[in-house]
Formats: sequence, C-alpha cells, structure tokens
Amino acid sequence: MPRDDNSPDGSEGSDRDGGAQARVLGTSHLRLEDEALLRGQGRYADDVGTSPGTLHACIIRSSVAHARIRHIETSHALAQPGVACVLTGEDVRQMSDPFLVAVKQRVDQWSLAVDRVRYVGEPVVLVVAQSRYAAEDAAELVEIEYDTLPVVVDVLEALEPDAPLLHEDVGSNEAHRRQFSYGEPDAQFEKAAHRVGLTVEYPRSSFAPMECFVVVAQYNSASAEYDILTNFQGPFSVQPVMARALRVPGSRLRLRTPADSGGSFGVKLSVFPYAVLMGLAARVCGRPVKWVEDRLEHLQSASSGPNRVSRIEAAVEADGKIQALRMENIEDYGAYLRAPMPGPLYRMQGAMTGAYDIKHLALDQRVVLTNKMPAALVRGFGGPQLYLALERLVQRIAVELELDPLEVIRRNLIQADAFPYRAAAGALYDSGDYQKAIDIAVGDGRLEALYERRDAARAAGRHYGIGFATVVEPSMSNMGYLSTLLSPEQRERSGPKNGAISMATVAVDALGSVSVTSDVTVQGQGHQTTIAQIVAQSLGLQPEQISVNLEIDTQKDRWSIAAGSYSCRFAPGAAVAVHIAAGRIRDRVARIAAKSLNVMPEEIEFGDGKVFARNNPDNAMQFARAAGTAHWSPILVPEEDEPGLQETATWEPEQLEPPNSKDQINTSLAYGFVFDICGVEIDPVTMAVRIDHYTTMHDAGRLLNPMLAEGQIRGAFVQGLSSAMYEEFVYDENGSFASGTLAEYLMPTVSEVPEIEILHIETPSPFTPLGAKGLAEGNCMSTPAAVANAVADALGVKDVPLPITPDRVNQLVAGEEPAAPEGVAEDGDGDEGRVLRGDGAFVVPAPPEEVWRSLLDPETLKVVIPGCRTVKEVAPGKMFARVSMGVGPVRGEFRADVTLANLVEHRSADLEGALDGPLGAATGQGHVTLEPRADGTLVSYRYEVKVMGKVAAVGGRMLDRAAAMIIRQFFERLASQVGDSGGAGGAIWHRLRARLGKLLGARR
Amino acid sequence: MKPAAFDYYRAETLREALELRAEKRDALRIIAGGQSLGAMLNLRLVSPEGLLDISRLDELKQIEVRDGRVEVGAAVTQSQLLDWAGLREKLPFVAQALPWVGHFQTRNRGTVGGSICHGDPSSELPLALALLGGEVVLRTRRGSRRLSAGDFQLGMLTNACEDDEIVVAVSFPAGVGARGSAFREVARRHGDFAIVAIGLVVMDKGQIRLGVSGMADTPQVLELPGDIEDAAFVEQVEAFAWRLKGHTDIHASARYRRDLLRRIAPQLLSEVRQCA
Repeated sequence: MPRDDNSPDGSEGSDRDGGAQARVLGTSHLRLEDEALLRGQGRYADDVGTSPGTLHACIIRSSVAHARIRHIETSHALAQPGVACVLTGEDVRQMSDPFLVAVKQRVDQWSLAVDRVRYVGEPVVLVVAQSRYAAEDAAELVEIEYDTLPVVVDVLEALEPDAPLLHEDVGSNEAHRRQFSYGEPDAQFEKAAHRVGLTVEYPRSSFAPMECFVVVAQYNSASAEYDILTNFQGPFSVQPVMARALRVPGSRLRLRTPADSGGSFGVKLSVFPYAVLMGLAARVCGRPVKWVEDRLEHLQSASSGPNRVSRIEAAVEADGKIQALRMENIEDYGAYLRAPMPGPLYRMQGAMTGAYDIKHLALDQRVVLTNKMPAALVRGFGGPQLYLALERLVQRIAVELELDPLEVIRRNLIQADAFPYRAAAGALYDSGDYQKAIDIAVGDGRLEALYERRDAARAAGRHYGIGFATVVEPSMSNMGYLSTLLSPEQRERSGPKNGAISMATVAVDALGSVSVTSDVTVQGQGHQTTIAQIVAQSLGLQPEQISVNLEIDTQKDRWSIAAGSYSCRFAPGAAVAVHIAAGRIRDRVARIAAKSLNVMPEEIEFGDGKVFARNNPDNAMQFARAAGTAHWSPILVPEEDEPGLQETATWEPEQLEPPNSKDQINTSLAYGFVFDICGVEIDPVTMAVRIDHYTTMHDAGRLLNPMLAEGQIRGAFVQGLSSAMYEEFVYDENGSFASGTLAEYLMPTVSEVPEIEILHIETPSPFTPLGAKGLAEGNCMSTPAAVANAVADALGVKDVPLPITPDRVNQLVAGEEPAAPEGVAEDGDGDEGRVLRGDGAFVVPAPPEEVWRSLLDPETLKVVIPGCRTVKEVAPGKMFARVSMGVGPVRGEFRADVTLANLVEHRSADLEGALDGPLGAATGQGHVTLEPRADGTLVSYRYEVKVMGKVAAVGGRMLDRAAAMIIRQFFERLASQVGDSGGAGGAIWHRLRARLGKLLGARR
Repeated sequence: MKPAAFDYYRAETLREALELRAEKRDALRIIAGGQSLGAMLNLRLVSPEGLLDISRLDELKQIEVRDGRVEVGAAVTQSQLLDWAGLREKLPFVAQALPWVGHFQTRNRGTVGGSICHGDPSSELPLALALLGGEVVLRTRRGSRRLSAGDFQLGMLTNACEDDEIVVAVSFPAGVGARGSAFREVARRHGDFAIVAIGLVVMDKGQIRLGVSGMADTPQVLELPGDIEDAAFVEQVEAFAWRLKGHTDIHASARYRRDLLRRIAPQLLSEVRQCA
C-alpha cells in the first residue's frame, strides 16, 4: 500500500522509524479462514448441532403460477407416522402478520401463500416430521386444489390495462412509480443536435450460492421468545420486519448467524420469510424445527435479481458530448415486494449518470409485479441493470454519430480535478482519476493490439468485436436512499432516514490476546483476514494473533439496521469501525505503557509484539504485559480510561445525508471506478461468443489486501460473464419455471472462464480513514455491458439480448432458414414458447360409433388411459381419474379432471383436462375427430399442453417429447382396446404399431 | 430432494441377480453407476420399490474382444472403457465420443451399459451403439438374447428390456470406423447434455453413416453411399435435418439444432475424407 498523508494513523510511526513492525495492512496476507475450510472444518449453518428432538420441515410449493387455493387436504399427511404438524396459509395468517414493505401500497405477503398463489414455487404447505424423509413422504399425500387464474409473466404486458391483476389491494400491477427531473432535461432535449436512444432488457438471474438456505428455529414459550439460527446475510433492517411478522418485540427475536458461509451474493437476504415460517412451526410443535433448502427450491423460489426494461435516450452534441439523459426503468419484482425492495431501482439513484459529467437527467422509476419468483438483492444490486443501459447507449451514440466509442467515453468523463464531484441526482463522488485509469488500461499497446486482432479476424471473414464499459461502483449504501421513493412531502411526514452505521469491538484479555467482532456477516470474502490485518497493524501484532468472530447474535452483539454484508459496506464501513476501535485500544495501551516506560504516550510505538519508546526501542515491554495491566492492575490504568480493555467503535460518515427537497440523494459513501476492455469472437459453427481478450481496470482507493481484491474482482467477473452469457431464470408465458436444475440454469465452470488482466490505480477516498472503497460488485456491473458492447460491435446490431446464448446469436446472424421440404410443417414455435403442441392420426379397425362409445365410457377409458387406476364420471361429460403416468422409469401419481365438450356424435369432440400431482401440474386441450374409412375409423387428434411444476422445472429438455409419447400411448391403447373388442385380434395390432412407427417423424 | 424409501439389493453373483430379477420383476430397478438414476431418485421422478445393484458383479466387469466384436460388460465404467488399451484401434468412434460423456467424475462411476439403458435422447453412447451397428446383450435365468440398438431403444428413456431381464453387456463391432470416423458435440458448457451430438463413420464397404443425438427421441442414423458428391451430401443432410426436425428447449431452438447439423455434418465428412 503506497503511503501518503491519508495513511491510517495507527501505522504511521512504526514505518517511519523502520521499527520492528512489518506492514501487514495492504499486503496480500493469506486468508486465515482457509485452513479450516480446506480441512473440512468449516462450520456452516447445516453443520451446527441441533438439540435432541429437532424436527425437520418440508415445504410444498405451488406448481401453478397464479391460482386461488380452493382446498387443501392435509388429513392423509397428518396421519403419517412421524408427522408433527402440517401448516397452511390459514394457520400462518392467524399466527403472524404480513411482512412490512417499503412502498405505501399493500402488497401483503405471509410466509405461506394465503388464499392465492402467485408464482411457481411459492410455499403453500409446511410439513414437519421427525426426519426430512418422513416429511417429504407425507408431503406427497397433501392434496391442493387450485382454481387457476390468468397469468402475466412479461413485465410490459403486466402494465397493460387488461393484464391479470396480482394484488387487488394495489389496484394495478404497478406497485410504485415516481418521476424525477434533475437540471433541465426537457430544455436540453429540445435544443439537442442529436437524440440517440434504445431499449435494453436486463434478464433475471441470481448467482446461486453453493450453500442454500438453512434455518433452525426454536420457540421458548416461557419467555415468549424466538431463537432462530439462519445463514441470513443482512441487512439487519429486516430483523424488525421478521419480529413484526412474528408479533414479538425485536428483543424477543434472537437472530443468530453461523461462523461460515457457502456464499450469498445477496441472495441470503431472502431466507427471512423462511426464518419466520420455521419460527411459527417451532412454536406450534413445541420443538425446534430445522429446514435446509434444496437446489430445486433454491432455483425456483429463493430469489432473483429483478429483470428490467430500460428505455434510455441521450441529447447529444455532434462531438458526442451528452447534454442530458432520459431513462425509464421498468423493473420486474415478481409476485411480491419484499423488504427492502425496490432497492435495486433506487440504490444507484444518485449516481444514475455513471462516470459521465451529465448535468440534466429525467428519470421514470417504475416497479412492476408479475407471476414470477420475488426479486431481491443480488450482487451488483441495481448496478448491472443501470450500466447495461447506460453503456449500451454510449456505444450506440458512437455508432450513430460515427465516432470512436472510446472518444465518446472520454468526451463525457468527469474530470480529475472535479472531485469531490456532485452528480446531477445527488451522489457525491469522493475521488477518482478516470482519464488516468483509462489511459493506463488502453496503454502499453494493449488497445492497438486488440484493434489488430479485430482487423485480422474481420479480414478473414470472422465476426470479431470490441466493447468497453465504464462504471462508477458505489460502496456502503446510505440507509436513506430508499426514502427517495417517497415524495419530499411524504418524507417530511415520516421523518428523515439517512446514514449508515458500522460497528466493531476489539477486546484484549488479561494475557494480551486480541479478539474482534464486527457487524458484518460471513460470506466468504475473507473479512476475518482483513480485520485481523487492520488490528494487527495498529497493535504491532501478527494477523494470526488476532481472533475474529463474525457470527452475529442479535441479543448479545452490537448491531444496527445497517449490519450485514451487502452493497460493499466492508471496506468503507465495517473496516473503518475496526480501525477506529483498534486505534483506541492502541491509545489506551500506549497510555499504560507510557507510565511504565517513563515516556510520553505520544512517543510510544508498537511492533513485533512489543510496545516501546520511539527514540529508544530498547525501552520496551511486551504488548501482552502492557495490555494485561488493564485487567490485573486497574489502578495503574490512567484515570481517564476505564478498567479492562475493550473498545466498541461506531463509524457514521457525515456525507450520507437524507434526500433533499429536490430529491437529490448521495446514495453511497464511496465511489470506485472500473473500466473494462473486452474482445469477443463468434464461433462460425456454434455461434458461441468467445471472450478473446479482457482487461479490467479498477480504482478502489486503497487496497486493504490486494490478493483478496483480486479474488473479488475475478469472482465478480465470472458472475458478470455469467449474466452476459449463461445464467437465466426462464419462464414460459404460462409462468411455468424451466430452470430448476444446474443443467438448466447454467453457471460457468472453470472451463468456461477466460483469463483476464487486472489493473489498478489507487486514488484514496478522502471520506474514510482507510481510504478504501468497495470493489466486489464492479465487474457484475461492467462485464455484462462490456460483453454486450463487444457483441454489438462484432455483429453490427443494435439489440443484444442477454444472456447472449449461441441460439440467440444464431437468430441474429443466420438469416432465413432454407424452406422446409414438401410435407414438413414449419415450426411455428417461438424461441421461448413452452406450450407443447402436437398432432397425430391413425386408423382404428372399428367403426366410428364404437370408437365414440369407447371415448365416452369410463370403463374403457380406465383401460385406455396409461396407468389409470380409477375413472369416475362426476357429471355428464366430466370425469375424474387417478392415473400413474410417465415416460420410461419416470412415473408420477396424478389426479386428472377431464371434460368433454362440443360433442358431435360419432364425429368429433373437444377435450379439456387438468392434471396435478407431486411431480407437477398440466393443463391441456385437445380435439379429436373420427372419420369412417373402409378399414375402420381414422382417428385424428391435435393437442396443446402446458406443463408446470417440478417436472417442467427439471425436465424441460425432454418435456415436449414426453408429452408426445404419453398422448401417443393413449391412442395406441385406444386402438388396441377398441381393436381387440372388435375382435380384430393380433394382426391388426401389429399393423397399427407399424403405422404408428411411421407417424413418429411427423408428431409435432 | 430426498428419495422415497426403497429396498436395496446387492447381488454377489449374476445368477443371484437374475433370480432376484425374476422374482421381483417390475418392483426392481437396476442400478449400476447411478449417475442418472441417483438424481432421478432424489427428485422423486423415479420411486422404485427396490434397487438391484449390479455394479460389483465381477462377471459384468470384463471388456472382451470376441468374434470381431467388443463386448463391454454392464458394470464397466465409462472411465474403464476410456482407459482400455484396445479402444483407439477397435472402437475409434467410441474413443472420440466417450470423453464427451459427462465429466471425469461422473465417468468414474457411470457405466457404458447404464448410459445405453438410460437412453437419454441427447447422450453419446446410445449414438455410438446405433451408428456402429452395436447390440445389447440381455439375460434371464433361462437364457439370453441380443437386440440391435434400434430394437433395444424404443424411445426416450424407454427400452425393450423385459422385467425379468438384465442387460449384461453391450457389444460393438470391432474396427468400424477404422477407415474414417469423426465426432462433434455442441453443448453450452463442456460436460452438459448435448444440444446435438453428431457422428460420422465410414463403414467396411465404404458407405457413410451419419448419426445424430439430441434431435429425436433416440439417436437417428442416415446411411449414404461412400462416393457421394459434396453437393448431394449437403442435400441429404438438409432433408435429414427436416426429417428429424429437432425440438425447442430452453437452451436451443429446433432451428438452431438443424443449423448445427447443416454446418457440422459437411465438416465431419471432409475431416473423414482428409484422413482417408
């Protein structure tokens, strides 16, 4: 770490004097966490021992995207051995309150669906039993009857006036909208030389941590207290939300987090509804209840980043200077708005103009609800969505005005002498030198070489493109940013919200050993190591000598609503609190030692485990001895100090003011800088995008540990790449979820990740004593934009849909498909369409009257329907059946309702049916016609099936073929049954099979 | 994600396995490597009453060359076949395709026979069996029979194994493809289920076989004369692509699958012709 006047004061002297203390802060100290993790000694939430008698929970989730719950039959499940309780939404409604939300509208949500389900995967029933196995066995016996409702999946369709409504209390699917105007955007647009605009869509993804959600809940009825251990990550502003839902004071919800984490990336915020649910179950059962989320549950309902449609437009001068921006952000939060949503829409509010000096900004912020899993925190938190739009726009300006994209960037950058810089919407950028960062990044012939590669590739007829992304990366959020969604008048009424508190405690025991706690939750970043480095640096010790415990216990630890690990609050926040607390310990030990060494406290130095006089290092005592005095002989402690040796520091920077009357808000404390250069080439056969070159330049102020910084940058890059090219939660237009396994929801493995070049400059933040800014989210924001810009350059296209899959590139590049030969039907199916359609026809060796009778006769149907156990005619033309159905070994039990309509006797009928069971649900329509022929009856059918639930989530790859096979089986059996009863015998059956075989090729 | 309760049988001899099979019939599912079945059990997509584990039967762990055929026992793992010294010479196409089956970790457990019995529509080994004209060897207590790839695999995840039978080996004709053999797979990530897997081999009499996985319920094979002109080949591939049609899932559209076949098949042909 380079030294300058801003250097942490605790380490000044020892360096200056060349004292014994080697620099530990700012070095690539190895992670203290790793030995335990690599030896399998991690203490993850699932490893924490549970009390004897702990019960295990299984959640039954909605297989449909939108429906009223007509009836839930739990009696069979309750009768199962080992089952302790079965909870439904009605129980939850009686025992708890809906979760508080940030907007004014009522978007009620409980921890189980009440009356209505609104997305596939929504928790509907909780089964608690002696083991997870027993709970899952019983869960299969719970029958839920739904009355399905129309579904809206697309965020723009949800805004249509006739769109199905998710929450009647909100009155529209738009749960929030606010328009902002900073400067004079309209005037600027009027006189602009050019207007350049485009629409950009950011897809749905999360970064799916290895470790899923875990909750262990207990309820102490004597004290009416909940004790809930969970791998929750914060922000702890959600702890009061949980307490309110559980109807207890916050002090009676003891929330604890474990020592280690298998990753979070923002997602572990969203465990909170489950913490409440398991708390309620523990209370009902009178025993602890544990729940471990499985991968399917995680993918279909844990959390997603919100998808966003941005309509962005710039008023531009001929030279590329942007005078004003207009941005409409339509953000899709899924079925419910969970606290603290709509965070991603407002987290960047003050910094919406990015790295550019743009004085005029019009913003339209819209929050929309759809039938998808609720969105919440995901690493990057609003940044990826913003920068994809902003950086694609800058590339488009270059294309449309025929300028060099890098020149457009440079022309608009904030100048180095402008810091601290107040952005149009209120962000106060602390420090930076964007020009210098870019000059270094493109220097050393790096960009020239890349241009040469592009020229060579293009000369050879290949698609090659170069993209840039320029990002201002905020860290440590102003807790008041979300109040920008209220009008100034509403804010006035509800009182100011702002600031961000960080807390840390450093304690030294009687033998001089040092321990630290802080208000960050563990997620694997290496915070323990950095904290140990900060404290060791202050006290002249080695990081290995510092014990750091980052488990949080809300009944015993110091915490605030800002606690947790999110929005890069560590470097400018928690690390500073640690630094301040350690500095106070240092000062106190110095005062104690000064007495013994007979020098002034100011002359005391720390190093190599010793405390010594600066001018006479031999005049020294052991750190442990000096520190121990505070315990063993409090009388020797200077009067102004308390006995014992423990300091809790609270850090609250003054720059985080509440939004002002013009809605300007300094959304974060520190603002780093990222500049990326990306070169891509398109594979001419597979159309896969290959990253050929990637350079990422960072200015995160002072680096506390360069190795950990590199780890964060590489991790964020992989996730940025993943958003750009792989991960996507896919829903079809029925709201059916299709990404339920890690074979469907693709995350890059090490084979898919290219090597990258990482560069740094350091312009320390003047607003924090350590000069350090966050850096863990930058590439989540920059990389999707850089890749999209490179692909746009490679293909010469305006719209680059993310994730940019080979199939999507193929659609952009391949042109018209050669016409299908005679007799082969065109597809007609869209890219994402998951409605399964098919048809078929064959001859049954019996007259139409007989085939007709069979179709209407429950007894025949029982034989004909594959795996049918019972058929009842519940009303004329309405049948109820229980069937065991599937393909090959995959088999499930289903309840089926079938209705026959539009009967034209002996000629044709419409069939409508619905299936439901533990494997999922399906609805379908079909049309059958019978035509007399010389050799019997020509039976023709066509069908349309929508499949939802588990089987759609995990089996999407095979779904349409499976549906075709099952329906084919039905008609095969019909032919066989009718044929046999017609006395036709085996020969006809073989002929039929042969005929069916020929139909295989034309089944769609 | 917890399997339903099932009984677990581990046979010590093939005889014992066949007896159990004959006795329990449909109630038993056979497990060898469990790399597909394990996941399906955990998701409760499959809930058999019992599992019959044949993975430790020494009788099924042999790779033998007999009468011009390579017989791979049903308990031979994909890794073992990949490591077999004779693979490149006797089964050049399998040598090309096998590294694309899952990941090395799954190949260490997954068996050759298991992959073929499972019959995933996009998998590589069923394609190899169909393309090379291989057979599946089935046994009961009383006897055995051999089925061609086409007769064995009836559809997606569905085969002709009767409920008293056990697949004891798969059998490939040795040396097919020695005159030319090429394989190409397209997946989103290495080790993923193929979007398409395409193979091309020159048969003993010089004719060409083009095989495709991932575009129909089962691998599909097109046989063409060895001296076919390039333009005629392209025409045949175009017709083949439309006949298979492919399907749309979340990773790829039917159109994309057809385009891959259009682009890759001619490349494989020229690869094979260059080697000849």
